Amino acid sequence: MSAAEAVEANGAQEKILNIENVSLSFGGVKAIRDVSFDVMKGEIRAIIGPNGAGKTSMLNVINGFYHPQEGSITYKGETRQDMRPYIAASQGIARTFQNVALFRGMSTLDNIMTGRSLKMNSNLFWHLWRWGPAENEELDHREFVEHIIGFLEIEAIRKTPVGRLPYGLQKRVELGRALAMEPDLLLLDEPMAGMNLEEKEDMSRFVLDVSAQFGTTIALIEHDMGVVMDLSDRVVVLDYGQKIADGTPDEVRKDQNVIDAYLGETH
Amino acid sequence: MGTDHTPAASTEDTFPKLLLRNAKIYANRPAMREKDLGIWQTWTWSQVLDEVRACAIGLQRLGVKPGVKVAIVGDNRPRLYWTVAIAQSIGAIPVPVYQDSVAEEMGYVLEHAEVTVVVAEDQEQVDKVLQIREDNDKLALILYDDPRGLEEYTVKGLHSFEDVQEIGRKALAGSPDVETKWLDGIAKGKGTDTSVMLYTSGTTGRPKGVVLSADNILISARNACKFEGLNETDEIIAYLPMAWVGDHIFSFGQSYTAGFCVACPESPETIIQDLREIGPTYYFAPPGVFENVLTTVMIRMEDASPLKQKMFKYFLGVAERVGEPILNGEKVSFKDRVLYAIGRFLVYGPLLNNLGFSRVKIGYTAGEAIGPEMFRFYRSLGMNLKQLYGQTEASVFVTIQPDGEIRSDTVGPPGPDVELKIADSGEVLYRSPGVFVEYYKNAKATKETKTKDGWVHTGDVGFIDGMGHLRIIDRAKDVGHLNDGTLFPPKYIENKLKFFPNIKEAVAFGHDRDFSTAFINIDLDAVGNWAERNNVSYGSYQELAAHPDVYSMIQENIEKVNKDLAGEPDVAGGQIKRFLILHKELDPDDGEITRTRKVRRSTVNERYKPLIDALYDEKKERQHISTEVTFEDGRKGKLDAEVEIRSVETFPVEQAALQEAAE
Repeated sequence: MSAAEAVEANGAQEKILNIENVSLSFGGVKAIRDVSFDVMKGEIRAIIGPNGAGKTSMLNVINGFYHPQEGSITYKGETRQDMRPYIAASQGIARTFQNVALFRGMSTLDNIMTGRSLKMNSNLFWHLWRWGPAENEELDHREFVEHIIGFLEIEAIRKTPVGRLPYGLQKRVELGRALAMEPDLLLLDEPMAGMNLEEKEDMSRFVLDVSAQFGTTIALIEHDMGVVMDLSDRVVVLDYGQKIADGTPDEVRKDQNVIDAYLGETH
Repeated sequence: MGTDHTPAASTEDTFPKLLLRNAKIYANRPAMREKDLGIWQTWTWSQVLDEVRACAIGLQRLGVKPGVKVAIVGDNRPRLYWTVAIAQSIGAIPVPVYQDSVAEEMGYVLEHAEVTVVVAEDQEQVDKVLQIREDNDKLALILYDDPRGLEEYTVKGLHSFEDVQEIGRKALAGSPDVETKWLDGIAKGKGTDTSVMLYTSGTTGRPKGVVLSADNILISARNACKFEGLNETDEIIAYLPMAWVGDHIFSFGQSYTAGFCVACPESPETIIQDLREIGPTYYFAPPGVFENVLTTVMIRMEDASPLKQKMFKYFLGVAERVGEPILNGEKVSFKDRVLYAIGRFLVYGPLLNNLGFSRVKIGYTAGEAIGPEMFRFYRSLGMNLKQLYGQTEASVFVTIQPDGEIRSDTVGPPGPDVELKIADSGEVLYRSPGVFVEYYKNAKATKETKTKDGWVHTGDVGFIDGMGHLRIIDRAKDVGHLNDGTLFPPKYIENKLKFFPNIKEAVAFGHDRDFSTAFINIDLDAVGNWAERNNVSYGSYQELAAHPDVYSMIQENIEKVNKDLAGEPDVAGGQIKRFLILHKELDPDDGEITRTRKVRRSTVNERYKPLIDALYDEKKERQHISTEVTFEDGRKGKLDAEVEIRSVETFPVEQAALQEAAE
């Protein structure tokens, strides 16, 4: 049973995120033109499109890194003209990046622990001495992080500096850090870029497991069409900043616009 | 408490009885460890008894009757080890299965053993078992250890281990009779009861189910504990397949008889870290593992600073000279002792500690002959590594090297209570308390292997030397002769080749031929590291294997082996004349080697016939080959390659001797 079906079965077709008529431009370059789509709670939503279609810009708009000139974003029922990254983070939006953005000199464990920093409540005084409430708090967070390490099967690299890891594992650590935030909405920017087949299979399984086990809503950008079609419940297709299709993988696959824009043409 | 240990030893003739004893006399001593959430968790013997009892009674409630076969499928997990005792305590028979075998292989074993209950580790194994169940409706009950991903499964007869324990605990709380009945059942057990069925991986044909009685395993384990002085304070790390007899004896049999603690690694990938953290006192590894460790050490040393490299080389030299004599308690000069002590402080100690070997009291190696250089390397560092010769059919122990009589070229004298003799054909035979009952449902094979008066044919050729030590030459069917009649022991040659860090696997040919030749598998770690340092770029194993410089490197290695062989008149004729580097690694998924990394010669002969023919066609310098390969997910594909063939220098016997004199 896919996540979307699960949602339907519950009868609660709840929108976690609604993007309405968003436009974003950098000077004369129109990166996103009047795009609207929604993300349902618990689904896996893919954003696809050729290079330069505005996919990453869209993610950046969602987590508040870019501020659109027009349109509105409704997240968990609250409508805003634009998001702020810290609001996005504190309200449960986590993301990974197209190019791995980890702390290369720190261990896997420490990198994932940084994902918990927003959840740490005791004040600086205690943290300075790592004592009292700070110590207890850290133990709790460590336990949570260990669950993630077990979940992602990266026990063997727990103490390895991330810079020494192969690319595929770094991506997995990055996913771990995003998961450490216990996000409601997880944004994945090309989680499988540059991976070999086996690594892709592993990553796909983790994405599905995250969705199934934690009920996390996932919006992902991906180039590998096979992966997108297999993983996602619904797909939105962008081309030159415009939305050209939106629907289930099967619908999108058959859409003539999509075939012309993405699948049929060479790039 | 208060019972005298010696008479107690004779009354406990099954493992459930031993568990009850251990829970009494070692109640608060550690029995089992596992890493959970990054922290080692420990169960004491009394806690183990608690877990075992709950699950055993749960299984009884679910209708598991005496005589039922319970398959155990998974990596080394505490609950899977408990399952062995759980099954035995209700009169069922545990059948550990190789966890990485594909569904078809596993399906055969489950069907042949008439298994009805399976205890699996996780979703991966459960999926495999469910796939097998489609054609085998006998598999009524499936238990799993790790619930991850299995929450949504609504399959008949699928239970979590915990749920079954819960059923058991409820029953126990409901009436005191339940426990009494369970204890009565255990008390009725006898030493002649079947304790376990182990399927041999078998280099030829289908696996055979070796039936071992409680007496077999218990007496063998107890003898070996006494021989090596193992007791409840020892600790072992269990990382080899549970289906392998060695692991069953070391991590189950001996743990129960001596009462020592078994630590389960967090996952197969973390074994190196876990080893370092646990620091076992008792350790077993096949030569391949020691080989890998040595290769890794050597690679890492090449990246070390020049000063460290110098220090490492110097003190390794010292160790090579005096390390073994010191370990054997021989006379060594004061100066050398001081040097060795400094070396231990600066090099050997830190190195062993880094590898997790610093507490090792006894390290065993067996399964394949170990290269003498490698054996000496570990011993010279001060690790008490011994060789052992054993078989599933013997409950492991046939010969063990006693302290002070350890040599790399023999496997030692017969173990306690073992008798040994050599047949006229040169084949080694033994008789011991560990000799198996029978091959399950295979009277013919039983009769071929075990004589009426209990002697077992090992299938290995060997002889007993002047000191009463057994020396194994090779598998009887593998020892061959060149066309001119000279002896050709392939494994002996291959082991010499494999000592070079660059060479991971080698297959030598020569039986019924004019000269010997070899296939080489390079070690991707070692050669890859070399490539990195020398700016050689490569995209795959195949590309690296075909590189001319790699060929030259391997050629040098082989010439060294040839020179070595030339110094040994018996085998000098076996020098390698031509070789090639295979375009792919030999892989158990393709059936080329067994899961325990033994070469399946017939399969290799068949799959690479064109290459072998080309080795013996001295005009040929290249040969095209197309091989079918199995990918990890079970799909098949084709691999095409042009493989280069090179000739190497061989040395006449006299010349080698002369050269050595000149040097």
